[in-house]
Amino acid sequence: MAIKPLAMAACTLTNALGRGLAASRRALRDGESGLRPCDFEDAALNTWIGRVAGLEEEPLRGAFAPFDCRNNRLARLSLEQDHFGETVRQASDRYGPDRIGVFVGTSTSGIGATERAYRQRDPITGSLPATFDYRHTHNVFSVADFTRRWLDLTGVAIAISTACSSSAKAFASAWRQMRAGFCDAAVVGGVDSLCLTTLHGFNALGLTSTQPCRPWDVDRDGLNVGEGAGFTLLEWAEPGDDRVLLLGYGESSDAYHMTAAHPEGTGAALAMQQALARADVAPDQVDYVNLHGTATPLNDAAEDRAVLRVFGPDTPCSSTKGWTGHTLGAAGVTEAIFVLLCLEQGLLPGTLNTRRRDPRLGAGIVLENRKRPLRLALSNSFGFGGTNCSLLFGRGVHESACR
Amino acid sequence: MNPLAVEAVGLMAPGLAGWSASQAVLTGQRPYVAEPMPATMATLLPANERRRVTATIKLALHVAQEAMAQAALTPDPAPSNGRGELSVRTVFASSGGDSEILDKICVALTQPDRPVSPTHFHQSVHNTPAGYWAIATGCMEPSLSLSAYDGSLVAGLREAAALAWTDQARVLLVVYDPPMPFPLAERRQIVAPFGVALLLNPAATASRLALLRLESGASEQAADRLEDEGLERLRAGNPAARGLPLLCAIARRAAGRVILSAGADVALRVEVEP
Repeated sequence: MAIKPLAMAACTLTNALGRGLAASRRALRDGESGLRPCDFEDAALNTWIGRVAGLEEEPLRGAFAPFDCRNNRLARLSLEQDHFGETVRQASDRYGPDRIGVFVGTSTSGIGATERAYRQRDPITGSLPATFDYRHTHNVFSVADFTRRWLDLTGVAIAISTACSSSAKAFASAWRQMRAGFCDAAVVGGVDSLCLTTLHGFNALGLTSTQPCRPWDVDRDGLNVGEGAGFTLLEWAEPGDDRVLLLGYGESSDAYHMTAAHPEGTGAALAMQQALARADVAPDQVDYVNLHGTATPLNDAAEDRAVLRVFGPDTPCSSTKGWTGHTLGAAGVTEAIFVLLCLEQGLLPGTLNTRRRDPRLGAGIVLENRKRPLRLALSNSFGFGGTNCSLLFGRGVHESACR
Repeated sequence: MNPLAVEAVGLMAPGLAGWSASQAVLTGQRPYVAEPMPATMATLLPANERRRVTATIKLALHVAQEAMAQAALTPDPAPSNGRGELSVRTVFASSGGDSEILDKICVALTQPDRPVSPTHFHQSVHNTPAGYWAIATGCMEPSLSLSAYDGSLVAGLREAAALAWTDQARVLLVVYDPPMPFPLAERRQIVAPFGVALLLNPAATASRLALLRLESGASEQAADRLEDEGLERLRAGNPAARGLPLLCAIARRAAGRVILSAGADVALRVEVEP
């Protein structure tokens, strides 16, 4: 039997494509990438990135000044778009501020503040500058704490940090904690911002591309690090709900390697199968799969095996990383909201930048945008440590499950 | 609210070297003494991985392994891959994760050409212990890693309870925090390493150590403090140790109620019965 679905009552998104849903909607439709040659701080790396313009000029002030760092600036910028804060305030009046949970995914939180502080250490004592505030910037919880305070919510709040599956798993955690009665609605989000740790880290692992990333391309050679923030307000769906619903989630561990995906995609397949099982949906009912699709040779190959195992070669799939780059801990919510936009608009997005499909890969990869009504779509997010999460969304479906 | 059985506990901190060895201190028969912590080994890990892991990863894996062994869920070594199947969902909670690794990366970023070690980079993710635990045990079950700063233990307990109830499955909760290295320690004081693992079961099994009932909202009351001064210093000095009042209640094997700190000004009430 299908699980009780959750409705996405409000959404907002900010990334390299711009501020707010409209910027992402327009860029997805027009096939315009937000990627640019790396111009982040003084990182002299030959790669492309997905940077959010203007964050440098948007410090947090007043009561929020202690939270000031790139990651929380990005969270604030995102929360200010699409009347998201206003919608949450109205929900807070209905549910009570202590009954809306906050579940925010992030991989590096505000580590950029610590990177900066280490460059300003006292030459004699080695101490960090007095202005450095670990708790409100670098600590993993900082962005969830900021979000909760910005929205005046007082209930359960956690930062979920499972690398690049973080904000996908935030949906699963929110479903569970709502079902368990710890909250009645949830703000689910993800925020990750550019920092030297991830840029140099992925570079050291040889995983960054010198060009705009090309998922599933025969010449793909790596990922582009991006930054982004997205939030959604989740509440239990009502019978006949015509909003986009979270119908199922699936999670698994690869138990294989810290950075390399299982070559057969065993864990990834398990996550997809569980998402379908929780929604009581058969693979051939799914209209679209938004791939994790980072464009590293091995990740795409492993995900391809997994998708083939679950769906076969005919289900349309694409990776939207060519628009935003890999927004790491924010990728799950970013792509969940991309899926929502696609379900609402009947858009089957292509795979930007990809020219020649890798003949060794068999999934039904779509290269060009197509207009087509969509009812059910799955989104994949995988990360270091072998963490996998798949989310199934639908619109105008499963009314029986809400009764 | 539904009950949750505690089937086994793993524990490691200075002066608290394992669950059974800590009974006298936790039940108040012996005062707490912060004896040096024995080395943790993470013996489940394959040798090549064991060489590369940090003290923090070993601490998390050690308490996880102790809890599983106590519940006699030790993996049978499988000859094919040298490790067994150990099927349990996991929740890992830590305020700051592996600060030793984060310090090394931030130091590398101040040097010419910024030589960030690839190993340090992949170990810098908050779910590193979860990843190694899965590799060590061969377990492909879901796992979540989270932080709620000083409320991380309570946040982990809530997530583990929700996971156990909704999936009707056992969940291993692992909560750990190491002391921060200098210079981060100047901004975040964690007085000693502390790791605890609770094997939780949504069914009230007969072999349980205790049965817990979690309050759904925040408690109006202030968090419990401990009578033993040393133990209280540990509770207040490490976010993972905020669960000590609960561990004491479980060790006493008597019905009671504890109020656990869930952060700066919030708390969680837990009813405990044998």
